[in-house]
Amino acid sequence: MILVLVEVSPAGEAVETSREAITFARDLAAAGGGVPIDAVLVGTPDDALVGVLAAHGVRRIHALTGAAYDSFSGAAWAAGVEQVRAGAGSVVVMASGTPRGNEVLAHLGARAAVPMAANVVSFGGLSPFTVTRQVVGGAALEEMQLSQRPALFTVAGHAVEARPADTHGAGELVVETPEVPDADLVARVVSTDEPEPDLSGTLKSAKVVVGAGRGAGSAEGFDDLLELADLLDASLGVSRVVTSLGWRPHHEQVGQTGSRISPDLYIPCGISGAIQHWAGCSSAKAILAINTDPDAPMVTKATHAVIGDLHEVIPAVNAEIRRRRG
Amino acid sequence: MVSPLVCVKRVVDSSSEVVLTEDGQGVDGRFAGFTTSAHEECAVELAVRIAADGGGGATVLTLGDADAVEQLRSALAVGCTAATHVLADPQAFGPADVAREIAAVVRDHAAAGTPHDLVLLGNDAADSGDFQVGIRLAYELGWPVVNGVSAVSVDGGVVTASGSGPDGHETFRLPLPAVVTVLEGGVEPRYPTVPGRMKARKAPIEEREPAAEPVGPSRVRLVLPPPSPSTVQVLGEGPAAAPAVVDLLEQLGVLAR
Ligand SMILES: Cc1cc2nc3c(=O)[nH]c(=O)nc-3n(C[C@H](O)[C@H](O)[C@H](O)COP(=O)(O)OP(=O)(O)OC[C@H]3O[C@@H](n4cnc5c(N)ncnc54)[C@H](O)[C@@H]3O)c2cc1C
Repeated sequence: MILVLVEVSPAGEAVETSREAITFARDLAAAGGGVPIDAVLVGTPDDALVGVLAAHGVRRIHALTGAAYDSFSGAAWAAGVEQVRAGAGSVVVMASGTPRGNEVLAHLGARAAVPMAANVVSFGGLSPFTVTRQVVGGAALEEMQLSQRPALFTVAGHAVEARPADTHGAGELVVETPEVPDADLVARVVSTDEPEPDLSGTLKSAKVVVGAGRGAGSAEGFDDLLELADLLDASLGVSRVVTSLGWRPHHEQVGQTGSRISPDLYIPCGISGAIQHWAGCSSAKAILAINTDPDAPMVTKATHAVIGDLHEVIPAVNAEIRRRRG
Repeated sequence: MVSPLVCVKRVVDSSSEVVLTEDGQGVDGRFAGFTTSAHEECAVELAVRIAADGGGGATVLTLGDADAVEQLRSALAVGCTAATHVLADPQAFGPADVAREIAAVVRDHAAAGTPHDLVLLGNDAADSGDFQVGIRLAYELGWPVVNGVSAVSVDGGVVTASGSGPDGHETFRLPLPAVVTVLEGGVEPRYPTVPGRMKARKAPIEEREPAAEPVGPSRVRLVLPPPSPSTVQVLGEGPAAAPAVVDLLEQLGVLAR
């Protein structure tokens, strides 16, 4: 049996990465001859959520309730998931590769003294049970064996596309109130502030993003780039070097530790295209790289490129746009 | 007095192209160079601040080969006051092995009269990305653990740690001794001063053998993802390419106004 930890949003919905994990679990279940898939979640799901999970092929939904789950504690969640796992006899426990998913599964791994594989993208075979996971921020892949039971792993975001199952699962709801020892509640959330106003909102939804990296040279080096952004009604997105140097604010950062963008056009200027930056912009429909180095990863991965100094190219482009507009 | 231990790892600088070793067991850093994981640089900064606020010293620890001393000296140069080097081939150590070695250091330092009541680590290493050394360490020691926080302070034996969670900014409060794993973004690691660097060069470093035989990672091998074929269309060089760029903008329909 496969047990999938499902994360639920404040609005009571299964988050997309959890639905991706269930979709991944179905392929694994099929390879194993059609073993059932159960979900475990914190809180009491409403009918709509139960319906969505059933549509994704889930047989049984274990809902963890009780005072121990009023606020987040990685150890308490792990205690609950472990009790469900033992009761249901699961040999595989999965979660999505989110902070919560990785944290809870790492607790399970430590408790059971078995390995845990983070950010898996595919499985290789069942005997031995081999998974492939992202390492070095996605720049390399690791084949890893999970021969001990339970096999624990998290699924990297977007490794599969979440989709409902061909056949519905029973979606039977089981409410559980596992005992959680006090020791597992020592490190729990004591308060949650409203999320900070998300200043990166326009960046994430922009149709065009003008990007700038170290090549901009200084905080003053952004004038032409900002003018281009203005001419195209675009947002400005920057690399981490730019925010670390204090040239631009953090909410403009694109990448693994910044925003993930998917505009129709991304124009990265003076950005090398390090894997951590690429993680945030790879879903742009078209990329026009402007860089002095024809071999920069951003140039070789782009759809279009101009080789040259951005301080010469951008003013010429701005002038050309103004000229055509008359 | 608070005397944190902060754990760092020597990793390949992955901002350039990643090359694997011939046996496929690791990343080859001969061309790219090495660095300290970004999350751990922030953990070092937090450890140094906590130690300074609490009137104690911060000890930096690494498990790595002889060259990893460079990562220890970098941490000493920005304010750590002691360093421990578990000399070992990190490739042979899985996350559970590393956690066991850190726990052995914590116990031995306590026995020697220089105890640590707080251990800071990066949330995950930039190379192996295992997301679990800190948690496994906490279980080894029987201490509570919080993960992925970007701010940490200690007051009267209580740790306050906070970071962004799925529903907003979360704050944890827990008693010492504790383990905390840090995500970059909350603090700016300081640059070493020249005197800092000089002092670090001469600082004594405790060298140790691993306390136990490693079980090893569950790795079969590393592979590189297939390169996506380059289909880049070069529009030109320098300012002369401007008309071609604007043609493209028109084609893509992003110039309309
Ligand atoms: C854990 C971790 C998380 C990270 N998260 C992120 C993240 O979220 N986002 C991010 O961006 N980075 C992130 N990084 C950093 C990343 O690895 C790179 O260091 C960073 O993206 C490099 O920024 P850059 O391309 O601006 O600078 P560089 O790598 O220095 O590249 C500058 C580029 O500009 C070109 N250039 C120079 N001058 C000019 C000019 N006048 N005109 C045109 N081109 C010029 C150069 O040829 C070069 O290609 C992270 C790193 C780690 C370890």
